[in-house]
Amino acid sequence: MNSMDRMAAVAATEFRLAFRNRWVLLSTLAFTLFALALAFLGSGPSGALKADALTLTAASLSTLTVYLVPLMALLVSYDSIAGEIERGTLALVLATPLKRGELVVAKFLGHLAVLAMAIAIGYGIAGAVIAGVHGADDAGLVAWGRLLVTAVLLGAVFIALGMALSSLPRQAGTAAALAIGAWLILVVLYDLALLGAVIVDQGGMFTKTVFPALVLANPGDAFRLYNLALIEANAPIAGLDGLARTLPFPVSSAFVVLVLWLFAGLAVAWALTRRIRP
Amino acid sequence: MTDAILTVEELTIRFGAVTALDGVSLSVAPGERVALLGHNGAGKSTLFKTVLGFLQPAGGRLSIVDAAPGSNVARRAVSYLPEQVVFPKALTGAEVLTHFARLKGVAPKAALPLLEVVGIADAAGRAVGTYSKGMRQRLCLAQALIGTPRLLLLDEPTSGLDPISRREFYTVLEASARAGTAVLLSSHSLSEIENRIDRIAILAKGQLRAEGSLADLSRGAGLPIRIHVEAAEGRVEAVHAHLGGERVNGRSVVLTCRAEDKVGALTSLAALGSDVTDIDIALPDLDDVYRHYSVPIVEGAAQ
Ligand SMILES: Nc1ncnc2c1ncn2[C@@H]1O[C@H](COP(=O)(O)OP(=O)(O)OP(=O)(O)O)[C@@H](O)[C@H]1O
Ligand SMILES: [Mg+2]
Repeated sequence: MNSMDRMAAVAATEFRLAFRNRWVLLSTLAFTLFALALAFLGSGPSGALKADALTLTAASLSTLTVYLVPLMALLVSYDSIAGEIERGTLALVLATPLKRGELVVAKFLGHLAVLAMAIAIGYGIAGAVIAGVHGADDAGLVAWGRLLVTAVLLGAVFIALGMALSSLPRQAGTAAALAIGAWLILVVLYDLALLGAVIVDQGGMFTKTVFPALVLANPGDAFRLYNLALIEANAPIAGLDGLARTLPFPVSSAFVVLVLWLFAGLAVAWALTRRIRP
Repeated sequence: MTDAILTVEELTIRFGAVTALDGVSLSVAPGERVALLGHNGAGKSTLFKTVLGFLQPAGGRLSIVDAAPGSNVARRAVSYLPEQVVFPKALTGAEVLTHFARLKGVAPKAALPLLEVVGIADAAGRAVGTYSKGMRQRLCLAQALIGTPRLLLLDEPTSGLDPISRREFYTVLEASARAGTAVLLSSHSLSEIENRIDRIAILAKGQLRAEGSLADLSRGAGLPIRIHVEAAEGRVEAVHAHLGGERVNGRSVVLTCRAEDKVGALTSLAALGSDVTDIDIALPDLDDVYRHYSVPIVEGAAQ
């Protein structure tokens, strides 16, 4: 039971600190504004298409989420271990009965609580506004709820990755650089590289077999595929997202990929923190 | 000693080619205050980190309440004040203390009065970012005192404290020791810990150079005591003839003697009766004693 209390203490302090960090508040605000802007831009023509506004916006919001949620998750977590080494508090914390595994899990939970709150606020406000203006049907509410839950899962993946990267260097600055690099590679460059490969391949073997698996292997793409494939709307989708209609795997595999990323990230973070000499 | 809280035997710690600790043996008993002195890089912080279980010995053994460093039993017994720590600026002093109390399994209510003990109760609700250096150091001490630990490891606890705060610090420490806590602290100044510490260990270049009470160390250093004798008007020759020593400025004689000869010298002084008008005894300066043990080997290494 002591273990639970220790972890609760760490998680509560992380939550409190992230909450008082103006960057977290600012990014929540930015996220909400983006979601609202998309809601109005995306729901404008919905009356004409006779599709539910919530459903349509969910599709465009999933793309926004792939960029913003990983960024916010890394912002919350990059400092978590390296920063404590640098400030000397890790030595102090590890001198108490707190175990390293407990530290990793508790910090993760504290960060996740902050991020889940930010996502819920952003999606909540945008969803309420759309539903208030255009009304909402059941399918729309389900799509919205699914988007919210999987966005939190995507955030959890990147918090775990951020913590793993934070366990490598001894300086918070280096950890920040690693986090930015991870975001660029996983969220931006990965998709560009795949698109380039598809163009070069011109519908050959790569496009038919390897490409879908590679798309699915990326947490951001898995998140987007999962949501788009389940959204019953003929919203125009382009690029990699076209795969959502022709995915050669069951849709649930995208969800499984996210969960696997989460556990892999946490396991790596835990293994790396075990090697740290504070 | 089996009842010691901390036992270190022949401990060797290496960082690659650097030997930070070289065959160090030391023990601290309940209620005992031991000071670790040594030049920069002598290995003081390394010893603390090894006791906490952060570093793996290349040789030797150490145990905390008969348990291995870093084990659950050891962690529950030990409290640490690191050399350098910056608490999150956005937390208040009370929040920092509550956090560590919960990590140590102590009710926050029982820990918060420690802010009073270290004299920062007024600032308990303020963000740590607004604290002065001394206040942060006091908060760190309060953190270390949570839950009456059996072993206190304090790495340069008085750095950044003004002289009055230092005295208060040693008063708090004395209360802890009286309650049975074993204290191991590091410091750079012998004069600061005079009369406030039971035993002193001097490290130089990773080796234990000397260990004992301050009096033991002074005696062992063999540094001379100077007795300044002022003679009555016109009696300085007689005094000098009787005592020997060195004549200075017309009316005075200066004797230098070893610590064990002090009483003999004073006895022969007493025999001079009214020929002597004043006596001043200068014991060896504590920093001289410290230098005696730690400097030669450092200079030797520098060559
Ligand atoms: N992580 C490390 N890697 C390599 N060398 C180290 C490491 N930590 C300490 N050392 C070396 O070990 C030696 C002892 O260092 P330590 O920090 O224990 O000294 P100290 O007595 O605490 O000095 P100070 O009074 O300056 O705090 C030094 O030579 C130092 O360079
Ligand atoms: Mg040190």
